[in-house]
Amino acid sequence: MSFVPEGKVYMKSQWAILVVDDEDIMRDSMAAWLREDGYTVLTASTGREALELARQRDFALYFVDLKMPGGIDGIQTMVELKKIHPDPVVVIVTAYATVDTAIMAMKQGAYEYIVKPCNPEEISLLVERVIKVKNLQRENLILKKKLSRKYNFQDIISKNTRMQEIFQLVREVSSLRSTVLIQGESGTGKELIARAIHFSGDRCDKPFVCVSCGALAETLLESELFGHEKGSFTGAVGQKKGKFELAHEGTIFLDEIGDISTKLQMDLLRVLQERSFFRVGGSDEIQVDARVIAATNRDLLQAVAEGTFRDDLFYRLNVINIHIPPLRERREDIPLLTRNFIEEISHQIGKEIEDISEGALKILIDYDWPGNVRELENAIERAIVTSRTRALLDDAFSFLTNGKKEKKGLIIPPGMCLEELEREAITVTMQRTSGNVKEAAALLGIDRSTLYDKIKKYNLGR
Amino acid sequence: MIKVCVVPVGPLQTERLDDAERFVRMVFGFPTERLSPLPDAAFAYDEHRSQYSSSLILKELAQSLPPGVGRLVGITEYDIFIPMLKFVFGQAQLGGTTALISLARLRQEFYGMPPDEELMTIRLRKVVVHELGHTFGLTHCSDARCVMILSTNLEQLDAKLDAFCESCELILRDRVSKYDQE
Repeated sequence: MSFVPEGKVYMKSQWAILVVDDEDIMRDSMAAWLREDGYTVLTASTGREALELARQRDFALYFVDLKMPGGIDGIQTMVELKKIHPDPVVVIVTAYATVDTAIMAMKQGAYEYIVKPCNPEEISLLVERVIKVKNLQRENLILKKKLSRKYNFQDIISKNTRMQEIFQLVREVSSLRSTVLIQGESGTGKELIARAIHFSGDRCDKPFVCVSCGALAETLLESELFGHEKGSFTGAVGQKKGKFELAHEGTIFLDEIGDISTKLQMDLLRVLQERSFFRVGGSDEIQVDARVIAATNRDLLQAVAEGTFRDDLFYRLNVINIHIPPLRERREDIPLLTRNFIEEISHQIGKEIEDISEGALKILIDYDWPGNVRELENAIERAIVTSRTRALLDDAFSFLTNGKKEKKGLIIPPGMCLEELEREAITVTMQRTSGNVKEAAALLGIDRSTLYDKIKKYNLGR
Repeated sequence: MIKVCVVPVGPLQTERLDDAERFVRMVFGFPTERLSPLPDAAFAYDEHRSQYSSSLILKELAQSLPPGVGRLVGITEYDIFIPMLKFVFGQAQLGGTTALISLARLRQEFYGMPPDEELMTIRLRKVVVHELGHTFGLTHCSDARCVMILSTNLEQLDAKLDAFCESCELILRDRVSKYDQE
């Protein structure tokens, strides 16, 4: 097993190399040799073909033969490549070295000029050097993005048509003031969409304030949202600004909105209508300009029908509705998300994982993901931590298939009390997540505070 | 169970073929079989370089894969190359069926030194295991001791062990078990 103490090692197969040569045997043997190193290698027999491929994707490195028929030689190919990608790493290869061509190639911006045949270690070192720089450049970009704490659409990975429609809607509504209601199962990325709306709109340089409504008791949540005056309740030793005030001119994201009490529903409705509120224990009306984005994993329309959620508040919140599909309805995203998580997590924990087997990927694609993207991320982290290989194999995800078998074998005796069933579901899920409440809550489709209450209620040890 | 056939390419000492078969049985546990030699590799000879094209021989070997044979390993005394490189110790189809190994540059004599049979045998074992590993889809490993690390010169070849690291071993077992299921 190899551990990487410094820098980030991306999956080699994610780096693509293009070999451009008109001679079949030269091109194919070079490609095969580079593939043995784990890289994705594509080939082109002419400069034009190379440019066509470069238009479709970027390559970490281009090996381009100097002399090629078809009206466009290696140097011209390189010049044209620069018009497609800003800084392509091009290595000009030739069997007929002259000082003039070498100077010309370097002047036109070739990264290296090599004469074939060359020593295997020369090529090996060259590729290693380029990929090392590429790794650093990529890591730098990611770190910059993380530092700036900006969230844009690149952070949300999806090829799914419904998700693409959501991205389009996000673009359209990002600069409006209208309230947005995001619905979707736990772990589908509701907060990411909320952040994307805020950070791609004209409030992007103002605060984005996040409140998890389900995590706090009613009185605490009231104080959290609206703030309080000194002495307004026991423990209120000083004046405190609420989240609405902190989100002034920015966005307030109210997560798990479906779990708030009737009183708070009324208070919230007032803020949405009047754009003002009072601090707890206060008498001064405070004006606020905060865009409200709310999210829930509950069916709010049903809650309205059942009378547990105010219909007037629902319609105030539901001006723009975004419904995020669960991961099982966008399985085409699983390979892309998986590779992204492998890169991120293996870097975070400093363990080199280069690939994932086809079988393992199939397990992930076939699994139903009740906890959605968050569960996928947790599953990959668990697989990376326990993996003894540099590729994640099928057995790294056996805990998913074992769970499936357990599910099939579940026998519910007629008349079993619902509380017993709930207790059993929580016990099994907590065992599966090794006591991780956050993960278990996502799997069970309830919020963390509810799960804590139930753990306490059934006297279940973690 | 995968059967591995060993094919001499051009004139070759029988002992070397025996060694190669023994390594396959020891390291991989596969049964082996000796096939009749590929007597003439003139089609792959490059006069300009005075070497044999590894790619052309590999292609020829792959086309002659007998039915029921899982892997074919060609062994030759010829010095082999791919056009981009001055030489290769061996070449394999990544995730394919065929590999070719050259003994020429594994010999001390090639570098003007006295023969060393023991060293030659150790080197042969490493190259056989490495190239056969590629046919099971194993790419180069970053573990300096693993047989699957890339060796572009004899110093690197001599420095690594002749066995898989734990990671490559597990991947290999996974691939072999899938082959057996097919």
